[in-house]
Amino acid sequence: MNSISSVPFAQQLVELRTYLLKFARLQLRNDAWAEDAVSETVLAALAKPQSFSQRSQLKTWLVGILKHKIIDALRLHGREVSSSPSDDDEGDLLDALSFKPDGHFVQAPTDWGNPEQELGSRQFFEVLEACADKLPATQGRLFLMREWLELSSEEICKELALTPTNLYVQLHRARLRLRECLELNWFANPHLHLQSQSQSL
Amino acid sequence: MKSSLPLMRSCKEVAALLLTREDQHLPLRESLALRLHLAICAACPRFERQLLTMRNAMKQWRNYTDDGLGKEG
Repeated sequence: MNSISSVPFAQQLVELRTYLLKFARLQLRNDAWAEDAVSETVLAALAKPQSFSQRSQLKTWLVGILKHKIIDALRLHGREVSSSPSDDDEGDLLDALSFKPDGHFVQAPTDWGNPEQELGSRQFFEVLEACADKLPATQGRLFLMREWLELSSEEICKELALTPTNLYVQLHRARLRLRECLELNWFANPHLHLQSQSQSL
Repeated sequence: MKSSLPLMRSCKEVAALLLTREDQHLPLRESLALRLHLAICAACPRFERQLLTMRNAMKQWRNYTDDGLGKEG
């Protein structure tokens, strides 16, 4: 437990800027928009200084403000947000999974096991963030609007003037790409991140 | 590419339904066809579990972004 009450409020905010910027960049995929959203968050926080006994509570409060600022930015940049081209806009949606002409899997999906515990680890989050960052910009923004900002499909379509079909296609592509990236960088090599346990076997 | 039998779906069709289910409600008929296929297929339930794992992972990540408290290791 980090007692932070002795550190001046403004300094606490400055220290958390990098933390906020990481998520703003991941969601907005534009450094200038991300900088603005974080600056607005810090300004809003300075205008209503509050004291928290734990750093995590301050983080929760700031991330809450940041999410609102990010939604404002997405609304402001509407068309640009949803119109970046990606190289997989053409072709069959499910090509990433490889099916035979009769509709069977060429190779059955692998068993990812039951990794409940592992998925809460920082190492896993780093891989997940790297995979989300590798999504094409539009796919990544839409996917995180659903999964991080927790906006409904209707809200996303309305804010960005997208058709539901267009949104769903992008979300499906994003999920397939993320699945592939997690498979390659995490689930296919469990021994890489479980070294400490395997040494004792 | 629907099969001729009313509730029969190929793995490819089922994979598309499973992806759709992440963001939309399936019509009752498709939901039933999906269940029937999952009951007799070895491959598709794995894909289903992968998507459930991802859903769970995103939820944990969302909680982590809110307070920065990830487990070490």
